[in-house]
Amino acid sequence: MAATKTRICSFSRNISAVSAPQLPGIKCGPNGTFFVSSGIPDLDKILGGGFALGSLVMIMEDAEAPHHMLLLRNFMSQGLVQNQPLLYASPAKDPRGFLGTLPCPSSSKDEKSRNHDTEQEKGLRIAWQYKKYFSENIDDHKVNIIAVQWWEWMEISLASLHSYIADSKQEFCNDFDLRKPLERHYYSGQRVDCVSIKDSPNPATLHDRCATFLAQFPRNDGSFSCLGRIAIQSLCAPQCELSNMDWDILSFIRSLKSMLRSANAVAIITFPPSLLSPSFCKRWQHMADVLLSVKAIPDEDKELGKLLTGYQDMVGFLNVHKIARINTQVPMILEATTFSIKLQKRRFIVLECLNQAPIDGSSGTSYGTSGGCSGSSKSGALDF
Amino acid sequence: MENRALNLLDEALGLGYQTDPWPLRGKVVLIEDCVETSGCFVLHQLLKRTLSSQSPNNTVIFLAFSHPLSHYDRILRKLGCNLVAQRENGRFFFFDMLKLLCPDEKEERNEKGGFISLYWKIQNTIRALPENNKNHATIMIDDMSLMEVAAHGSSDHVLDFMHYCHTLTSELGCSLITLNHEDIYTSMERPAFMLQIKYLVDVLIKAEPLATGLAADVHGQLTVLNWGFCNVKGSSNNKMSNFHFKVKENSVEYFCPGTRT
Repeated sequence: MAATKTRICSFSRNISAVSAPQLPGIKCGPNGTFFVSSGIPDLDKILGGGFALGSLVMIMEDAEAPHHMLLLRNFMSQGLVQNQPLLYASPAKDPRGFLGTLPCPSSSKDEKSRNHDTEQEKGLRIAWQYKKYFSENIDDHKVNIIAVQWWEWMEISLASLHSYIADSKQEFCNDFDLRKPLERHYYSGQRVDCVSIKDSPNPATLHDRCATFLAQFPRNDGSFSCLGRIAIQSLCAPQCELSNMDWDILSFIRSLKSMLRSANAVAIITFPPSLLSPSFCKRWQHMADVLLSVKAIPDEDKELGKLLTGYQDMVGFLNVHKIARINTQVPMILEATTFSIKLQKRRFIVLECLNQAPIDGSSGTSYGTSGGCSGSSKSGALDF
Repeated sequence: MENRALNLLDEALGLGYQTDPWPLRGKVVLIEDCVETSGCFVLHQLLKRTLSSQSPNNTVIFLAFSHPLSHYDRILRKLGCNLVAQRENGRFFFFDMLKLLCPDEKEERNEKGGFISLYWKIQNTIRALPENNKNHATIMIDDMSLMEVAAHGSSDHVLDFMHYCHTLTSELGCSLITLNHEDIYTSMERPAFMLQIKYLVDVLIKAEPLATGLAADVHGQLTVLNWGFCNVKGSSNNKMSNFHFKVKENSVEYFCPGTRT
């Protein structure tokens, strides 16, 4: 550990920690932390770089929708694509089956074919893309086609620049195509360890599996030989027997967290908060380094639809409650904590800030009170 | 350093008026926070103040249940305090409790989840201090809710431990500074544990988010309740103060509500 070295001056520079990581999929963060990707480029951006190595990420599930799986799948795929070992635990009888549903990174070849369309196709695509605006706002705005084409051209050149950069070194974060399953060879080897927590009487087995898994990735100063990911789905779900062993599970989480701190690994736990008692739910939340929650969009909520632009493309909301504060005391304050989860072209997960549609007749009055979106941050409602 | 401007927290804790004897001597300080606003920074500030050069006799015994030493070391170094050097000077004792777990239930009855041995360790550490420093020890705990988890939910053991530590404050004049999460207990019907702890407490520091939500330049508000606060004239009264704060890497800004726009 770096701290064991004697330093007379408080401000001496720790040279060993500054050395750049050699492994792909790792990025230097502030305060001597390292980031790995969440598998969703937008989420990485929101969190200031990704998930910090050694941190525990918790996702509060929506009881009625499987949106947490979106985050979980991308997280797992990202690791597998970068050759990182994975431990996956779930209350399903056969957790390995879940690996078949993991998304595949969209290949850069694909990207190119998407971008390098012929001129006519491009024109068509533009027309298609902007059709909705024409139908909505044809009276208000005349979209200048030349400007649009210029913008499109800029986008293409940017994309080709990106793919050039991506080709020259392995990517930190991939775009995952939800409609394409991950190729088998990524998860068929020894790298994936699956645990079913359905019939285990206590978390001891899961704990042991995690401990042996994490023992592969000891943290020693600044050198990375390998790093691992743990994904635990629906811990404490009613179908596993663990659900009424509050303290056992809490101490499992605590010990997992302490093991993570001294390992080159990241763990995600998703859990249904409504099944925990309120005080235990708070305890769980305090345990998390990064705390997220997902929520499905209620079907055909017309008031909300009027309030938000792009409502029809949204599949759910993501709330960021807590961002990891490892080696620092400064909280990271986001401009917004609620993001809409969209599926772009039904393939890619995109997170966007909520944009409030202009409301007729109201100029800057309190939108917080209308349409079921209360402004208080405590209730976990939407904030803009 | 000596005549720097006092911040509002120091003032509320009475740290400004005198440094000898140490104003928090023999007192129990509880820092309460919630998921939205972490109160860790208060602990860091107090750790720094306690170890600062103005009071060379102070010693800190730190029970860390939530983070490894490297975490605190990095934070405190940015605040201008080198924990590793202090540890070598014998003024900072770090007890890594991250992996402390209570043994089986049968042993638990005899051992109280290792808390008894932990208490002996603390007491022996204080006994071994040089004569000048013996009465200036501060025990810091980060944080109490994890202690409960380590004790497997038997908060009585944690309470016992706290009572034992409390005897140290009255006998030897140690101070006890702990962090706990308030929102865990608000939903309970009878939070006996929390009430018992609060009964021991002399100073309560509460970190809360602003009612109006997140802001980039105001990170939250602190409420300091100082029972038995002695002012300059020597009369004793209770004091409550409330102010906003913004946490930075190398300091924390405190300011009165409404002085920032």
